[in-house]
Amino acid sequence: MTRGSPADPRGQRRGRTIRHAGLLVAGAVFVMWAVATLTFFAIRLIPGDPAQAILGGPGSQASQEALDQVRRDYGLDQPLIVQYLAMLGRLLTGDLGTSYALKVPVADLLGAQLGGTLLLALLSLVLAWILALGLSLWSTGRGRIATAVGEGIELTAAALPHFWLAAVLIAIFSSGLGWLPPVATGTAAGLVLPVVTLAVPLAGFLAQVMRESLLDAMQQPFVVSAQARGESTTGVRLRHTVRHAALPGISLSGWALGWLLSGAVVVETIFAMPGLGRTLLQAVTLRDIPVVTGVVLLISLVYVLMTVLTDVSSRIADPRLRQEANR
Amino acid sequence: MTIDPDSPVLDVADLRVAFGGTDVVRGVSLRISPGECVAIVGESGSGKSVTARALLGLAGSNARTSSGRLRVRGRELGSAGEREWQRVRARDVGLILQDALVSLDPLRPVGREIEDPLRLHERMPPAARRARVLELLHHVGMPDPDLAARQRSGELSGGLRQRALIAAAIALDPPLLIADEPTTALDVSVQARILALLARFTANGTGLLLISHDLAVVQELADRILVLRDGTVIEEGTAAEVLGAPRTAYTRALIAAVPSGRPRGVPLSVIDRPPGVAASVPHATAPAWPDLGNDRPLLELDHVTKAFEVAGGRFTAVDDVSLSVHRGETLGLVGESGSGKTTVARLALALTKPDSGDVVLDGIEWSRLREAERRPMRQRIGAIYQDALSSFDPRWNVGRILADAMSSVERGAPAPGVAALLEQVGLAASVANRRPLTLSGGQRQRVAIARALAASPDVLICDEPVSALDVTIQAQILDLLDELQRSRGLACLFISHDLGVVQHMADRVAVMQGGRIVETGAAEQVFGHPVHSYTAQLVADSPRLVH
Amino acid sequence: MSELELRQTTVEASAEHPPTRRRDRLPRIGTLLAAAFVLFLAAATCFPGLVATQDPNQIAAAEAFRLPSLEHWFGTDESGRDVYSRVVAGTGTSLLIGVTATGIGLALGLALGVLASFGGRALDFSVSRLVEVLFAFPGLLLALLVIVIYGPGPVTATIAVGLSTAPGYARIIRGQLVSIRSAQFVESARVLGHSPARILTRHIVPNALVPIFVLATLGIGQAIVWASALSYLGLGAQPPAAEWGAMLAAGRTYLAGAWWMTVFPGLMIVGTTIATTVLGRALARRGRMHS
Repeated sequence: MTRGSPADPRGQRRGRTIRHAGLLVAGAVFVMWAVATLTFFAIRLIPGDPAQAILGGPGSQASQEALDQVRRDYGLDQPLIVQYLAMLGRLLTGDLGTSYALKVPVADLLGAQLGGTLLLALLSLVLAWILALGLSLWSTGRGRIATAVGEGIELTAAALPHFWLAAVLIAIFSSGLGWLPPVATGTAAGLVLPVVTLAVPLAGFLAQVMRESLLDAMQQPFVVSAQARGESTTGVRLRHTVRHAALPGISLSGWALGWLLSGAVVVETIFAMPGLGRTLLQAVTLRDIPVVTGVVLLISLVYVLMTVLTDVSSRIADPRLRQEANR
Repeated sequence: MTIDPDSPVLDVADLRVAFGGTDVVRGVSLRISPGECVAIVGESGSGKSVTARALLGLAGSNARTSSGRLRVRGRELGSAGEREWQRVRARDVGLILQDALVSLDPLRPVGREIEDPLRLHERMPPAARRARVLELLHHVGMPDPDLAARQRSGELSGGLRQRALIAAAIALDPPLLIADEPTTALDVSVQARILALLARFTANGTGLLLISHDLAVVQELADRILVLRDGTVIEEGTAAEVLGAPRTAYTRALIAAVPSGRPRGVPLSVIDRPPGVAASVPHATAPAWPDLGNDRPLLELDHVTKAFEVAGGRFTAVDDVSLSVHRGETLGLVGESGSGKTTVARLALALTKPDSGDVVLDGIEWSRLREAERRPMRQRIGAIYQDALSSFDPRWNVGRILADAMSSVERGAPAPGVAALLEQVGLAASVANRRPLTLSGGQRQRVAIARALAASPDVLICDEPVSALDVTIQAQILDLLDELQRSRGLACLFISHDLGVVQHMADRVAVMQGGRIVETGAAEQVFGHPVHSYTAQLVADSPRLVH
Repeated sequence: MSELELRQTTVEASAEHPPTRRRDRLPRIGTLLAAAFVLFLAAATCFPGLVATQDPNQIAAAEAFRLPSLEHWFGTDESGRDVYSRVVAGTGTSLLIGVTATGIGLALGLALGVLASFGGRALDFSVSRLVEVLFAFPGLLLALLVIVIYGPGPVTATIAVGLSTAPGYARIIRGQLVSIRSAQFVESARVLGHSPARILTRHIVPNALVPIFVLATLGIGQAIVWASALSYLGLGAQPPAAEWGAMLAAGRTYLAGAWWMTVFPGLMIVGTTIATTVLGRALARRGRMHS
């Protein structure tokens, strides 16, 4: 056979892993470049003069000198390609431009808020994982009623819009019972409702996938093998099927974090939390283009990094993925 | 604990298992003494796997199990609770399932899986457990136990992971092993070694319950044989009695259905046909196709090579292969998995283009034609696959499938009706209204044959056409194919991993290994007096039913 | 990954584990309920006058902030308008936005998916990369970008939601077309000598239709949620329009006192999403049963 049989299979596998990692990084860089390019050209589609927008919109009646000054300052008098390259160059140094509305560097503005939003999203992700894993473990393989209840809860949870869930939670726990503040006050108590709001629908999605994967694993012959070695039902769950149920939770985490960051727009607005989402919404309403592009690029970057991380951790958790890539 | 050598390790009387009111096992009784191998043979649905699992209390939560007696090493377990069963499993009874790829947890290292029984049943420090795992892996013939213990089942080859599964089953040296189709997914050479390993255990006094559909495998190991059909033991005796002088018609049919060692033309199927199959296949008198080998071959592969891009290089699936099939002749192509057989089929059907060399159909180099030019010629060559179901459009019923196949016949040629086609393959006309999904495996394969023949081809490519079928159904399909091939004078390329099947079906044989044809010749010549060492090894490894 | 793909995977999975005989009564009740709900929505869209109990725009200051009662099933709002009747009146707008957005997303996704699966290697590569890039604008981000460019409003919001769901459709449709195209039965048709046109019209298109229909059913729920989120944020339909998201936004101010102004329009959104998901699953199961 002419199959290239390697003298050192492990070395070759390591080589492939490195190649795979290289491809991942190259892919991430490409996606970020494409996102930046797409955003840059998309905002050129905005009707009207950007210099006008910087000076407070069409109603501001800025003088011609002021407009010319702004065009020079922001490089708007340059050809498009020069502006584009300048934008890429600035991005590489972490410069996201200056806010039209607030006249402060966008990078500083967002840097101050990234932490809060990431904390919110990560806490929600962890809570969603716990809820989803708990629900799927509880409802799978325990008879019809448990399955039906589990399916119903997942379906409902996944159908809950953030803005409505937030409102209902506020109505119950703030206005009704008075247990928790209706606005995020920067305290731990103030984080509870926003985190729950973001986590519950996500848990619905994750639980659906986890339960299918768990059900699938429970029907595999290796469960019978494990039982035949004297493993108890609990032991089979702990040592075998839970891992299989957790796999989709890991591989979906990249998507989930992006989904949470997008959900933060709604949740931060409702709970009056400072953060990327609320900043984005304000910027969209004010058409503060540098801030909008800045937030979009930042969220894309977080999403892309998380996707790479997810891919790597999936391959660590599931050796079958490594096998596939080797084939 | 000392065991009386004569007292049975397993003693079961009147075992019954029912699922939701349906009896699957209806009163099975058996005894296994130390060092004895008892085999349960039966076709799919006979209840043999359920029996095996019920003996470990693993028939499933929705199963209702009852027994007159269920004693393992003399201990009655008929009313044992889950806790008691957990103590019995692995310690008293080891279980080996089919295909370790799915029978070992793909996420855990093999070593951890083997360690499980030690951890659950013995008070043993972790270091001692790990040492024992390596010892066990060595014992089952793992070439590199240290490496294997750290690998997952997916990283090991089929034979090696089956060994790992066996190592887990024997970890506590149980006096009884239950092996459920332990070699079914394996190539013959690997199968031979696993069977030898199992034989070693029985020689050392372990009782073995072997569950298999394959009589030839059973004959190699079994002292006693139970024939199971519809959950009932219909015949029981020593291996020599059951295989040599079967008492029931079913057992005789099972034995007769084994193709190996039966000359061409001898029908394999003797028993009652399943419902939906017409009473008789028209027995055409074989017309003479004179001068075999002298006329121009209908299908010819001329120094064909085909390579595929794979991660880390090129993989040559078919390497300089030449073969020819003449009118009225069956060429058998045998080889183990990965040898390139299926690529040959795809090349012959011009579904992939060869890198070099030519595929010639009745004198025309059709691998060089453009697809549009090739299309009118396609009705001259038909194909049958292993998985008939996936080769039918899932939305269509049988009638539509066959009508669609006939509509490709050029105008002017008389097209047989759907009913006539169905009759030719031994199916009732009413089958036309059914969807393939609702048909049995044998019926599906008959429909596939009918479709392949709808356009009256001259050449037929059969790629593992009976590999997914039970042995008695396999016999019927082989008989049908043989019959049709002879009566129509088809040139048939018959591809299979099963030497017995090929030997029964083929006039000439080509043996494939690693993309190359290593030996070719008349069937009796190749199988009787193999020249190439690989062929000789294949022949030696293939279990054969000795009559 | 996209939300749509996730919904799709769970549908595929639930169709792969067909309920056993004893169990399938439960889903059937669910399917019936879902169908009944969708019928109600259809009635509210086509004949709002018949389904509503009051004039949705009838202002009666004396009737403001009434609790749900027999007279006002969902209570009344700050101007004394009947919330139930306003929810009914908003059904048409909300569904129209959801269905149109789904149509836009599906059409774009179909175009991209067909290009990728039939356009050859280079096109497949380019389309797949494009879809990957679009996925880097998670959730509502792409929609917000579109709104920044074209300004807020119901029409922009609809287009924005349609555009931001398109990559999800594209990837699923591409996957389905590729798997159908490489299916054994398509190869069998080739072996029989059938032409590509015939294989396309008789095998590939008919086999792709049911899954795409299922996909559209699932997508409507998602589109309604997203579009109403934009309305809620003040970027889509605006109060006093009786669109569900806009009604929720209007109710936000009075949340502490008049929870019913928020709860009931939201329940309609939740109900619609659940109903379309349940129906989508039932359709997928039926499709699988037939195949």
